[in-house]
Amino acid sequence: MRYAMAIDTKKCVGCADCVVACQTENNVPVGYCRDWITETVDGSYPNLEIELRSERCNHCENAPCVRCCPTGASQIAEGGIVFVEHDECIGCGACIESCPYEARYVHPDGYVDKCTFCMHRVTEGKDPACVAVCPTKCMYFGDIDDPNSEISKMLATRKQKTLAPEAGTDPHIFYLT
Amino acid sequence: MKEELIISGRNLPHIDPHLNLWHWPISLYLFLGGLAAGILFFAAIIVLFNKEEKYLGSVKWATLVPPVALVIGLGALLFDLSHVLYSWRLYVTFRIDSPMSWGAWTLMLVTPLSFLWSISYFKEYFPNWNWQKGFLSYAGSLIDFLNEYKKVMAWILLPSTIILGIYTGILLSAFNARPLWNNSILGPLFLTSGLSTGAAAIILMAKSHTERRLFSLIDLVLIGIELFLITHMIFGMQAGSQVQIEASHLILGGEFTIMFWIFVVILGLAFPAMLEIFELIGFKVPAVAPAILVLIGGIVFRFVMVEAGQITRYLY
Repeated sequence: MRYAMAIDTKKCVGCADCVVACQTENNVPVGYCRDWITETVDGSYPNLEIELRSERCNHCENAPCVRCCPTGASQIAEGGIVFVEHDECIGCGACIESCPYEARYVHPDGYVDKCTFCMHRVTEGKDPACVAVCPTKCMYFGDIDDPNSEISKMLATRKQKTLAPEAGTDPHIFYLT
Repeated sequence: MKEELIISGRNLPHIDPHLNLWHWPISLYLFLGGLAAGILFFAAIIVLFNKEEKYLGSVKWATLVPPVALVIGLGALLFDLSHVLYSWRLYVTFRIDSPMSWGAWTLMLVTPLSFLWSISYFKEYFPNWNWQKGFLSYAGSLIDFLNEYKKVMAWILLPSTIILGIYTGILLSAFNARPLWNNSILGPLFLTSGLSTGAAAIILMAKSHTERRLFSLIDLVLIGIELFLITHMIFGMQAGSQVQIEASHLILGGEFTIMFWIFVVILGLAFPAMLEIFELIGFKVPAVAPAILVLIGGIVFRFVMVEAGQITRYLY
C-alpha cells in the first residue's frame, strides 16, 4: 500500500481552500501553513503560460528528512506517509535543512511539523482535508499500488511531473500537466 | 521569463523568504568542535610517538582548550534546539544514516576523554598541592591511573577526533537540498580546517621554539591541503548541475564573495601561510600572528558556509 496524491494543474484555480482547510483540520498555528499555492509564469507577454500548484510535503520514498533525523522522530508510517513523532523530536532542524521542498517548519511548541496527509483521516478511510475540500475537485488521493484506485487511473492516463526529481527523493505528489 | 511565486501568502518563520534556521550557535559549534578535534588529535599523536617531553605545550597546555571549547560548543547546540527538553532522545538511539547521530555519540566519547586528559596533568599543574592527604589522595590515584593508561586514551582519541573533525562536514554535505553544501569535499575540508585551527592553537600555547616550529610546519602543510580542497570544491561546483553552479555564485561574485575571499582565503589561509614560510626561512615573524589569523579564518569560514548554504536551494 503506497499513498500518493495527484493534483491536476489544469483544474487548480489557486483558491487556496486547501491551505485553509488544512490549517483548520490540523490546528495549524496562526502564521504557519502546511501547504501553499505556487504560481509559475513562463514566457513573455502576451504568450504567457501559468501553472498553479498546491504544494506540500511530498512524502518521498527516499526521504532525506527521515534519513538525517538523529533521534528517529522523523519516520515513515504505513502507506509511505512521512510523519514526525513529536515526543521524539529535539528540534535540531536537520530535517528542515534537508528538505528540497521546504515543506517543514518549527512548530511554536518546539517540535518540527509538516503535512501528514491527514493521517488521522486516512486511517478512517477518508481523504485528507485539502483533497476533500477542493472546489474544482482537482486533487486525487489514494493507493498507487492498487491499479483500480482513482489516482492510479489518473496517473496511467495523464501526463505528469514531480518536483525536483533530480534531487533523488522520489516524491509522491504528482502534478498532472 | 520564468517566475515562480508563492501566492497563498506563506511566511513561515525561519523558512521564508529563504531558509534561515541555523545561525551563530551552529557556526560556533562547528568551529569549536573542529578546534577541539585538532588539538586532541595532535596531543594523541605526540603521546603515541613518545615525544611528550619534547612537545609539552601540545599535550599539557593546549589540551586545556578542548574541554572548554566542547562545553561551550555543546551549550550553543543545546541553546539552538527548539525542543530542548527532549534532547535526551539523542542518546537512547543510534541512527547510522544520520551524521548528527554519529556526532552526538562521538561527542559523548570525546568530551569526557578531553576532561580526563586535562585531569591527568593536574599534579603537574599544581605540584604544590598536598597530594597525599584526604580527597586529594583519591584524586591523586585517579590521576596516576589516567597517566598509566595515557596511551590507551590516545589510541581512543585518534579515530574519535578524526570522526569529530570530519563528521561536521559530512553532516552538511549530506543535505542534498542545499547545493552549496552537497559535495563530498566538505567533510575532508572541515577536517583539515579543524586540524589547522588545532595546530594554530597549539602554536599559541607552545612552550618551546622547537614546538612552535614543528606546528608551524604542520599548519603550513594543512593550509596547503585546505587551499587545494577549497579550489577543488569550487571547481566541482562550477562543473556541477545548475543548482550547484548557482550556489557557487554566492562566493564567486555574490553576497559572500568578500567574506569568503578576503577573510577566509587570504587573511585566513594564504597570508598566514606566507608568514609561516617567512618564519621557516629565517625571518623574525611573531608566531602568534599567523596562528590568530588561521583561527579567525576558521571561524569565518564556518559562518560563511552555514549562512550561505541555507540560501541555496533546488529550483523547480
